[in-house]
Amino acid sequence: MIPAIEIHEVHKRFGRLHALRGVNLAVEQGEFFALLGPNGAGKTTLINILAGLSRATQGRCRIMGHDVVDDYRDARRSLGVVPQELVYDAFFTVREMLRFQSGYFGLSRNDAWIDELLHNLALTDKADAPTRTLSGGMKRRVLVAQALVHKPPVIVLDEPTAGVDVELRQNLWEFIRRLNRDGHTIVLTTHYLDEAETLCRRVAMLKQGQVVALDTTQNLLSAHAATQVRLKLEPHRLPDALRPLLAGEGADFFNLALDDYAGLERVLATLREANIAVTELEVAKPDLETVFLQLMGKTT
Amino acid sequence: MTGLWTLFYKELLRFWKVSLQTVLSPLVTTLLYLLIFSHVLAAHVQVYPGVGYTSFLIPGLVMMAMLQNAYANSSSSLIQSKMAGNIVFLLLPPLAYWEFFAAYVAAAVVRGLVVGIGVGLAGLWFAPIAVSHPLWLVSFALAGCAMLGMLGIITALWAASYDQMAAVQNFLIMPLTFLSGVFYSIHSLPPFWQALSRYNPFFYMIDGFRYGFFGMSDVSPALGLSIVGGCCLALSLTTLALLKSGYKLRN
Repeated sequence: MIPAIEIHEVHKRFGRLHALRGVNLAVEQGEFFALLGPNGAGKTTLINILAGLSRATQGRCRIMGHDVVDDYRDARRSLGVVPQELVYDAFFTVREMLRFQSGYFGLSRNDAWIDELLHNLALTDKADAPTRTLSGGMKRRVLVAQALVHKPPVIVLDEPTAGVDVELRQNLWEFIRRLNRDGHTIVLTTHYLDEAETLCRRVAMLKQGQVVALDTTQNLLSAHAATQVRLKLEPHRLPDALRPLLAGEGADFFNLALDDYAGLERVLATLREANIAVTELEVAKPDLETVFLQLMGKTT
Repeated sequence: MTGLWTLFYKELLRFWKVSLQTVLSPLVTTLLYLLIFSHVLAAHVQVYPGVGYTSFLIPGLVMMAMLQNAYANSSSSLIQSKMAGNIVFLLLPPLAYWEFFAAYVAAAVVRGLVVGIGVGLAGLWFAPIAVSHPLWLVSFALAGCAMLGMLGIITALWAASYDQMAAVQNFLIMPLTFLSGVFYSIHSLPPFWQALSRYNPFFYMIDGFRYGFFGMSDVSPALGLSIVGGCCLALSLTTLALLKSGYKLRN
């Protein structure tokens, strides 16, 4: 099966800034995929290249097998992008915006789908409101509707839940999940790593324009985020035998990384032998944030 | 073609929704020019034999209003989209660069014609005017509006701010328009300014448009249309090349 997205050896330079340094990535059809990275890592630049908003200095990208430069019409028909910036056209109502967007994609009669989108995104009662009068969250949902107006097989959401309140965020994700179940490929960037962990089966992490991790969420968690225990000891001293497990330390605690829960028994036995008492113990579940921070070169 | 028609319709709706500002306001301004200049000068100036100054003035003012509004339509729409960021709504869909071009230029032409026809009809209250060569008149009107629509696109693509936009409008478009013979025949100018006027393509638009009414002009309408047509062709190729390259749109 043709990958939904293929990114091959993509470089992007802005003058002396080398924003993307040979990115290679493939997203299979039907995947729910997260593109993560700190600000400035190159996520939006990569999305912009996929969407044709920017051109790669070197390398190729394909959407559903269509080259984004040579075969841009089919590539863009296959792609729906929710941009990060909260943009709108102050002249028009929500429905007008959606009709225009349909027309730009060659769809002259699309009102049934537009009504369904408005309903699913809780915008029906705002259909005839000028976009400038909407709240930030509503404007964000209009952007989602605009990206979906041509029923693209591949949907890219760049920070879609920024500024959206918790309840609407849940509704939005439920809707996106449904689209994924219906066969749409979803790629998202988000700063809410718990969202990526819950929703996405695979994750790519970008750092300074390079992919530093690309794996299933589960593999990343087990490979990079061992179970961690935080111990307060009396006296505050760690036996040499436990030093290899040390993942961090503070004035009155040690963080130890364990491969599994069985390792905890060995830690406690070593401490007993050294006559060191445990005054407080806290077990932390591995999460994507820990993996993220580790890969981005920070410690917890 | 659905994309092109949608963008064209959207551009028409955009200016129509604010028609007080985009149609009525330039109409009133132009009629004020007509009122004042015809009142002050009608008794003193006769440019063409048998044609009163007010009648002479009307075609010039009509063309000036058309040119300014065609330019304003494409330039303001595009710069606003760029500044507000909603230009992405046009860059994400599979619109071809030539569809973008055709829709913006066609909408600019329509706005120019709407304002121009309004000024022309209102001008009939001030003085009688008759059309003697409708084909010349329509040719110059269409070519002039299209040319200014393209100039508007180029300016808005280039400009990085509203300030830069205003600079082009105030220091290039306005002087070229006012110094094109709207209010006078270039034969009334000193030789230096007369020679300089011949390098102003706006002069040929106004002069040729006026020929459509009176059958009289400062230069032959065929020469005028050739020059205006040549400028149109050059601007078309430039605008299309800029749009195709994604100049300041797709970095």
